[in-house]
Amino acid sequence: MTVATEDCERLADRASSGVAFDGLRVEETDGEFTLETPDNEWTGLDEDDLEDALAACEEYVTNWRYWQETVGGEGTARRAFLRWCEHAPIADADLGAAPSGPRNDLGEAADPNPLAVPERYDALRDGIDRRWGQLCITTRFVDVANPDGERVYDLWHVDDAESDLADLAVHDDPRDARELATYDADGRYRPLKTAPTLPGGWAFTGLSGDELVETVEFFYPATVANWHRELRGNLDVDHWLETAERQTGIYDVIDELPREAVDWMADACCVDSQCLRRREWQYEEGDDLDTDGGDGPFPCREPCSLVVAAARKWAILESEDEHTYELELTTSELNQLEELIDAVAEGRVDEIREADVNDGANRYRARYLRAKRFDEDGELEATRVDD
Amino acid sequence: MQALVVAAHGSHLNPDASDPTYAHADTVRETGAFDEVREAFWKEEPHFREVIRTLEADEVFVVPLFISEGYFTEQVIPRELRLEDWDPERWNSDGTDASQATLEATDVGKTIHYCGPVGTHDAMTDVIVQRAETAMADPDVGEGVGLAVVGHGTERNENSAKAIEYHTERIRQRDRFDEAEALFMDEEPEVDDVTDYFESEDIVVVPLFIADGYHTQEDIPEDMGLTEDYRLGWDVPAEVDGHRIWYTGAVGTEDLMADVLLERAADAGADIGDAREAVRELAASVAGTEPSAGAGAGD
Repeated sequence: MTVATEDCERLADRASSGVAFDGLRVEETDGEFTLETPDNEWTGLDEDDLEDALAACEEYVTNWRYWQETVGGEGTARRAFLRWCEHAPIADADLGAAPSGPRNDLGEAADPNPLAVPERYDALRDGIDRRWGQLCITTRFVDVANPDGERVYDLWHVDDAESDLADLAVHDDPRDARELATYDADGRYRPLKTAPTLPGGWAFTGLSGDELVETVEFFYPATVANWHRELRGNLDVDHWLETAERQTGIYDVIDELPREAVDWMADACCVDSQCLRRREWQYEEGDDLDTDGGDGPFPCREPCSLVVAAARKWAILESEDEHTYELELTTSELNQLEELIDAVAEGRVDEIREADVNDGANRYRARYLRAKRFDEDGELEATRVDD
Repeated sequence: MQALVVAAHGSHLNPDASDPTYAHADTVRETGAFDEVREAFWKEEPHFREVIRTLEADEVFVVPLFISEGYFTEQVIPRELRLEDWDPERWNSDGTDASQATLEATDVGKTIHYCGPVGTHDAMTDVIVQRAETAMADPDVGEGVGLAVVGHGTERNENSAKAIEYHTERIRQRDRFDEAEALFMDEEPEVDDVTDYFESEDIVVVPLFIADGYHTQEDIPEDMGLTEDYRLGWDVPAEVDGHRIWYTGAVGTEDLMADVLLERAADAGADIGDAREAVRELAASVAGTEPSAGAGAGD
């Protein structure tokens, strides 16, 4: 149990203006030091006494050193996130201003009962796990046998939490996350980084705090910044109409999307099965969409570029008039159309077994329907009857 | 603290569209000239709309990785970055002169130095020349060779052609290549007729595009007659009408592009130390040892 001499010197230097952090207090008045932790208090210390007393509360000293010297960044989202990672009180946040309970870790409030330094130090020996979307983050001491306060961070897919590290591809460069986040498990491009389709099979180990935040930002861009704003109660939400009316060029048309179509759009795109973000935007202030915003861990503060692009398509499609058509179908064929649409909408097509002809979306069933009901131009034989 | 944001288009459909953005941002990262370097996109994440809030630095230099001044640089990017008091007049440009404007981003209270696009910076001329060098695997390329700078061109935006013509004229004045011509996909003179515009037997074709994609890897090779079907690839050089055409795709993938990013930021007041020299050395060594043959449909 030793406290580095340089830590003692730094604390002594700063004591004149007062040190108060995570339960540690050091003050100097007229050359006399006062030291205080939640469990003990020492008064009337000279500089040598101070060093001895600091040695008796080593955990508080190394904890101070890690946060104030290594991490720094008072008031930043980076620091708040790293504090959250180890269940530390996020003292920088103006939590009183939060209008509703900030949520994270799949709906969990941001540490209603944060851990004090001794409890955290116990937990950091084993590693503290937290979940950020589909990421599992472990915070641990660099040197577990003789902790000097320095933390490192490991990161992997939640589905790999029980995997042996030897079975995972190990990375240490944050930029590798860009490639890992680009494709899903089937090798398809993921234009939406918060789609719940992040593949596993990899691990980042021994990252510094800065590197961890950088890595998380490559997996889930801007989520740390917006989480921090939500935590402080100053998340800026742009509702649908504000975003739509701001668009120019080919997207200028999206503010013409009918009110009810915006609900259908949110139902199509902005639900938990499609995105880990929790939609906070509505049609406009005071006019909420019917579709629930979901339980995603990350606040969604305005329609994303995918929604804007899709909205353009729907704005154009919704400008068409409706007509009445007449077509011949058996009741089972009508049901089959419903099953086909549902299977595509739910991304279930690949799961339908080759020989499962009881499923209306089975490929052979679909091909049979096409052979029977499509004409030589490959179109459904339907007649418009309203003109 | 100072940060650099590289603002690019990106794609919902094609993951390769952002490759040059990441590559050049990484090169700048490695110089250590900026405390933070961030990529931002119109079609990918982080979106222009949210990128500034991910930075800790108070001084942010935003460089659009676009070829021309126009819709994206004058409307979309400043609007999405929430740059208070932005007006294209702040650039006082006639299409190729945009340097920078200093503004406040209203959602974050940071100072933003909003720079002109990489494509119209004078340093881009060097990138085009370096592209010709790598395409022909010859650092001294010039004599006996014609250079075609190819742009999209569009009647909707006259600035689109200005950038191409500007660099072509600068190259012509250097008197390094026997001939230099600006050609376009959607306006005259057209790249389809590339051999009509050159007497030189060897023609090196440099498309002024940021990323390889549909135009540079499908349209242009087929239009020039390098191949009947881009999927079959093409030879470098390819024989067309008695000329040898040297073609390897978008200039935006050239390593020296990182230097243009740095120059844009430095022009706007960024302290970049000797980062430019480091990038130029790196780009030169890559060009000298690893000429990218690039035959075929992209990489």
